[in-house]
Amino acid sequence: MSGALPATELAIETTGLTKRFGHQTAVDGIDLAVPHGSVFGFLGPNGSGKTTTIRVMLGLAAATSGYVRVLGQDMPASLRDVLPRVGALIEGPAFYPFLSGTANLQRFDTADRHASSATRRARVNQALDRVGLSHAAGKKVRAYSLGMKQRLGIANALLMPRELLVLDEPTNGLDPQGTREVRSLVRSLAAEGTTVFVSSHLLAEVEQICTHAAVMSAGKLVAQGTVDELRRVGLAHVKVQTPDTEDAGRVLQRLGLAPEPPHSNNDGGSTVRAPLADHTVAPESIVAALVAEGVRVRGFAVESSSLEDRFVALTGEGFDVVQ
Amino acid sequence: MLAALAAVPVLIALAVRLSSRDPGPGQGPPFLDRVSQNGLFIALTGMVVSIPLFLPLTVSVAAGDTIAGEAGHGTLRYLLAAPAGRVRLLAVKYAAAVVFCLAAALSVATAGVLIGSALFDVGPITLLSGDTISVGESLLRLFLVACYVGLSLLGLAAIGLFISTLTEVPVGAMAATAVLAVVSQILDNLPQLEWLHPWLFSHHWLGFADLLRQPISWDSFAANGLLQGGYIVVFCGLAYSRFATKDVLS
Ligand SMILES: Nc1ncnc2c1ncn2[C@@H]1O[C@H](COP(=O)(O)OP(=O)(O)OP(=O)(O)O)[C@@H](O)[C@H]1O
Ligand SMILES: [Mg+2]
Repeated sequence: MSGALPATELAIETTGLTKRFGHQTAVDGIDLAVPHGSVFGFLGPNGSGKTTTIRVMLGLAAATSGYVRVLGQDMPASLRDVLPRVGALIEGPAFYPFLSGTANLQRFDTADRHASSATRRARVNQALDRVGLSHAAGKKVRAYSLGMKQRLGIANALLMPRELLVLDEPTNGLDPQGTREVRSLVRSLAAEGTTVFVSSHLLAEVEQICTHAAVMSAGKLVAQGTVDELRRVGLAHVKVQTPDTEDAGRVLQRLGLAPEPPHSNNDGGSTVRAPLADHTVAPESIVAALVAEGVRVRGFAVESSSLEDRFVALTGEGFDVVQ
Repeated sequence: MLAALAAVPVLIALAVRLSSRDPGPGQGPPFLDRVSQNGLFIALTGMVVSIPLFLPLTVSVAAGDTIAGEAGHGTLRYLLAAPAGRVRLLAVKYAAAVVFCLAAALSVATAGVLIGSALFDVGPITLLSGDTISVGESLLRLFLVACYVGLSLLGLAAIGLFISTLTEVPVGAMAATAVLAVVSQILDNLPQLEWLHPWLFSHHWLGFADLLRQPISWDSFAANGLLQGGYIVVFCGLAYSRFATKDVLS
């Protein structure tokens, strides 16, 4: 395919994108910037508006206000030019249960006018092979397991060479092997130059495969950037493993840190954690102070913040869905 | 569904064949009294019996399922993301419904001819005008009647297509379309609403008698075609205006 976009061009760009359902604002003025060639993690709690954003991006739903550009063209105006270059998994897979996996893919491929019927069989078989479904290709989808349907959904997104893949929770329901395969699939696609936009809750997953990420919360975009940038914003922590938690806490406080309540470990000891602001105290002087006070230090580590810390800091601890 | 439709003339033929007494003149559905003399009448009887309920019901199922069925499966979003194109998808779906209407009428006629010639004598037919026509000519007339009946259903199919764009529940669209088919026929039977009758899509449903005269009178065929064409334009237009901008959230 053309792929002639300059490297600075954004694969997806939204400006003030808003989508309302009645009185409820599902997506609230978001400005997404997905660089060409990136693997972009789209994060957010349940109901934060990820799938709704994807629907608007693909022209399935109309934006209440704001603009969307995909692969450098306005959506939904240029839908016919853009969508053949985009593979998508939208809010889980959906198929005709009475047809086989192969027949389903052929039917979707037929719907795309740009897909050549001469190469259809080969492309369908190749896509099935890529997700490890060749052995079940002739089986009715009704008889597929959750993970098999999910794999078939990913195969559908790979029927043609794509410039952009939009995957809404691609590893939902997959076994560890499947998850690993999706990870390596995304990496190999990215290596070929495909931009991958993947929405997920699995932060460890996103941390491993994504170069960039954005975080949604209650319809708003609360953070966006490279994964390293996002992580760096969060505070590092010192972690002390010791049976003398009270003494350790006192020493840390004297050094100007704010220790959290200790966790007991299953080896009989405990862990004391304290956030460590950049360059306030040198880690080695913390160890020295602890040892000088007779605290039995069994382990000491400085941990940079994980994406999960950042995510929780941005979207809140509570279990309840916002709105 | 086509098999169920084809079963109608088969059932009628078996009932007539197996019962000991012939139906008297004027008893039972139209043409039934003539079946035992000429098997070809099975096809006509089957058609007349199917028109009020069975044919509209199957067409309602086919037309109501068009868009709502895809939405119900969730496959609509993948078809549109393929991209199938909204207008193209509607056109393909309506074309399939049209094919179904014609196939439905033809399968009743064909099954009627086959079972009729298997169980009864077949011979020249005396027309409503009193003329007699050969078996070959009769088959041609039956084909015309089937086309007329198929054409009669196109307006209903367009209504079904429109209703199908309104919902994500296919059964709802099917039921609503079938209800409209029945309501239209009821209204057509109320003399107080005579001014309305020419505008009802079911008004010409049983009007194929003109095709059984010598020479054939095409007036009712043309009037029916015009009426169905009007329904097609209006309801396909409504379906388009609804579906072209609809948010696909299923
Ligand atoms: N068809 C609809 N009608 C009304 N409100 C809707 C509709 N679809 C989604 N919403 C609302 O929009 C908000 C965002 O939903 P969306 O599906 O985009 O969330 P999400 O981020 O994809 O969540 P999840 O992680 O659970 O998939 C939710 O509050 C939801 O209730
Ligand atoms: Mg979602």
